[in-house]
Amino acid sequence: MTTHENLPATTESAEAAAIEKAAAALPAHRPRRTDVDPKAARRAERQVAAMFLGSALMTVLFVVAFVAIPVDETVYIWGFGTVNASNIALGVTFGLAILLIGTGAIHWSKKLMNEKEEIQLRHPLASSDEEREAAVEAFQTYQADSGFTQRPIIRRSLLTAMVLFPIPMVVLLRDLGPLPGEVLRETLWEPGSRIVIDPTGRPVRPSDLALGGLISAMPADLPEVQEEEGNLNARAKAAIILVRMEPQEIVSQQGDNWDYGGILAFSKICTHVGCPIALYEQRTHHLLCPCHQSTFDLADSGNVVFGPAARRLPQLPITIDPEGFLVAVDGFAEPVGPSFWERGDA
Amino acid sequence: MSATVKTAGKTAGWVDDRFTSSNFLKRNIGKVFPEHWSFMLGEIALYSFIVVMLSGVYLTLFFKPSMIELAYNGSYVPLKGVKMTEAYASTLNISFDIRGGLLMRQIHHWSALFFVAAISVHLLRVFFTGAFRKPRELNWVIGVGLLTMALLAGFAGYSLPDDLLSGTGLRIAQGIVLSLPLVGTYLSFFIFGGEFPGTDFISRLYAVHILVVPGLILALLTAHLMMVWYQKHTQFPGLGRTNDNVVGYPLLPIYMAKAGGFFFVVFGVITLISGLVTINPIWLYGPYTPDQVTAGSQPDWYIGWLEGSLRMMPNVEWVIFGYTLSWNILVPAVILPGLVFTVMAIYPWIEQWATGDKREHHLLDRPRNAPVRTSLGAMAVSFYVLLWIGGGNDLIASFFDMSINTITWFLRFAIFLVPPLVFVATKRICLGLQRRDRDKLLHGMETGNILRLPHGEFIEVHAPISDEEKAVLMAKPERTPLTMPEEIDENGVAMPGARGARLRAKLSNFYYADNIPLPTREELEAAEAHLRHEVEQAAPAMEEDRRLIPAHDGSVLHDPAIDK
Repeated sequence: MTTHENLPATTESAEAAAIEKAAAALPAHRPRRTDVDPKAARRAERQVAAMFLGSALMTVLFVVAFVAIPVDETVYIWGFGTVNASNIALGVTFGLAILLIGTGAIHWSKKLMNEKEEIQLRHPLASSDEEREAAVEAFQTYQADSGFTQRPIIRRSLLTAMVLFPIPMVVLLRDLGPLPGEVLRETLWEPGSRIVIDPTGRPVRPSDLALGGLISAMPADLPEVQEEEGNLNARAKAAIILVRMEPQEIVSQQGDNWDYGGILAFSKICTHVGCPIALYEQRTHHLLCPCHQSTFDLADSGNVVFGPAARRLPQLPITIDPEGFLVAVDGFAEPVGPSFWERGDA
Repeated sequence: MSATVKTAGKTAGWVDDRFTSSNFLKRNIGKVFPEHWSFMLGEIALYSFIVVMLSGVYLTLFFKPSMIELAYNGSYVPLKGVKMTEAYASTLNISFDIRGGLLMRQIHHWSALFFVAAISVHLLRVFFTGAFRKPRELNWVIGVGLLTMALLAGFAGYSLPDDLLSGTGLRIAQGIVLSLPLVGTYLSFFIFGGEFPGTDFISRLYAVHILVVPGLILALLTAHLMMVWYQKHTQFPGLGRTNDNVVGYPLLPIYMAKAGGFFFVVFGVITLISGLVTINPIWLYGPYTPDQVTAGSQPDWYIGWLEGSLRMMPNVEWVIFGYTLSWNILVPAVILPGLVFTVMAIYPWIEQWATGDKREHHLLDRPRNAPVRTSLGAMAVSFYVLLWIGGGNDLIASFFDMSINTITWFLRFAIFLVPPLVFVATKRICLGLQRRDRDKLLHGMETGNILRLPHGEFIEVHAPISDEEKAVLMAKPERTPLTMPEEIDENGVAMPGARGARLRAKLSNFYYADNIPLPTREELEAAEAHLRHEVEQAAPAMEEDRRLIPAHDGSVLHDPAIDK
């Protein structure tokens, strides 16, 4: 930006010639109506002023609307339906107050401001060779003064220190969270866990489930654990679905007789990236994940029949307890939810 | 002297006493900016970012980034008594109990959508006109950085309210982190403070959303604008416009009034939309819980392409030596976006290397004059659009009553087949347009007037094109591909580096070989003479025709060229 101040006079006259040449090539400036007709100019002036005053009026109306309209007032507006009156009044007045300033300024510039196009020259961005050499020389002088290249011991030790010093900033992050350990392989389900309906918490009898039906369920102790831990972590792994089909419709299961009279229990968490799955097509026994459409065949071991999920839905072996309620025979045999590096085969 | 000028003079004097600023001021208030509608796209991005910042600061005054569970007790009746996190409850509070809160929330969301959209279209403009070429490669890289940051800011922002939709998005993000080889599980535990969802994440994300990312955006944005200022804006070819000058309006007053006014227009339009159109009605989704989801869950538009790539990827997963490699997640959600942004960032150097073009470019390309670049861009756009369609495949399936499996299978093939077809078609179109430009220079404009000459021949009358158009067409750069180097020198010894040079020559051929050359000076002169002759020949007859043949609207056929 500072290069053209100190240019020699010859360059200056050459520049002036270049600008003149380009200016001669520019199309002739066509006068606007406002340039030749004072009436039109005055009209444009009034229009601009009207927009600015309109903006001021809208600002006043905004304050009025803010004070006068209760926050929960609704209003029916044709084409928009029933909407929040405060929101629409504030939005429209504030929006117009801002917009009119903009349109006014643009109208002003287009109709009334001097709109002669101007020409400026570009200059090569690269410095001259002398300047470059001078810069290199200056750097070398400073470099020699410091002795950076002549004293390798200092240089190398400095580099070592500089490479190492950010390490504490990384180490400090260690306590962001606990190490994974085995928790991704564990859920609340264990032998004898009672299956209850989510969210009512009512235990389930086999007869509660209609043929072809699907219900969401959880282990009976989940609400308690959730309360105790103060988070949803247990829920994110323990959620299951129960489906009931004719026993002869079951093609295969993940273990022998893991169903109870045609009732099957599967993890509700997709093995792709962990969305809960609940779109069930009872005729085909397919369960579809709404996030990325992984489809699992519940009649055939929960195997993947379509979509990006690579692993079957883990099945929970179930039976009934002496009181006739559904319970888990055992926990899940494989981790539920998305894959992870250490997961391996199971 | 008016009071305004006096005050301005005084202020300038006060500043100059301290900063020697008069020279700087004199030079810069007259700085010339070229005008074109497409140059406003970047402005929209800048202005919507300012609106995002203003509305965002307001929201921080009321939003509570906390995952502490509480029972909702605000004025939104359907959720009364429902257990939810404080983050979600405070967002409901902003929407229902604070006057103007809903408006500010909607302004924040709408302006964020505008921000990403404007950046994307601005990026396409810069790409297709070749504005990224030397000396502006670094500014292009900064632009790509700004785009990534904008996506990150947007995703982090709509994840904060902790509603069912945003939580589902976070669950997917966590699933992607888990898929990373070696470090994924640990990273996920560190990010979430343990298992998903935990109780730490929202407050951590909040720091990222309101401090880290906006800070980076501000820094990059400042650098972006300073570079534009220093290197001066590019311009389209036209009369008097060359590679060595800038033609346009000075900063004061015209450009200031237009650009400043445009800020208010963008702000005003966003505010009006926010008052009239609901966006992200989180109260309808309910609080997040990891075991519920609604069908048809969709991310904000700019994340849609990644959602699509996740959906389209076949289910490939390997287990090697007891460790899991989830290609079904890594490829679409990690490798693909990584590649896309890397290729985008280094494209200026790819083209520079392939074409050997190391000159400074301040005059923009018309897209047709760089057919291969334009076709590569069109190919990338089609790739993006296909991914985006994939992200909405469930909506398309239910709307058109189609099988979602068929759509997905179609897309799995289309993603490989369609972009090359788009490349070929775009290149053909560009070359066709180049041919037409050459025709216009040689034969003028078709006037649509058919003339029968005395000896019975029918001709269509051509009129010379305007000087302005001629200047634009003649500004087409001549581009010759690099020549194929010899593999062995005159002594029969293999040339060092011959293979690289040959590859480069091939690439340069790929870029430039098919271009239609501009007419030579002789050709132009001959054509001009011919055109003059044709117009002269046609003039008397046309004069007669004008009286005889009424046009369909009752007026007479009229040719400005003959009127002269």
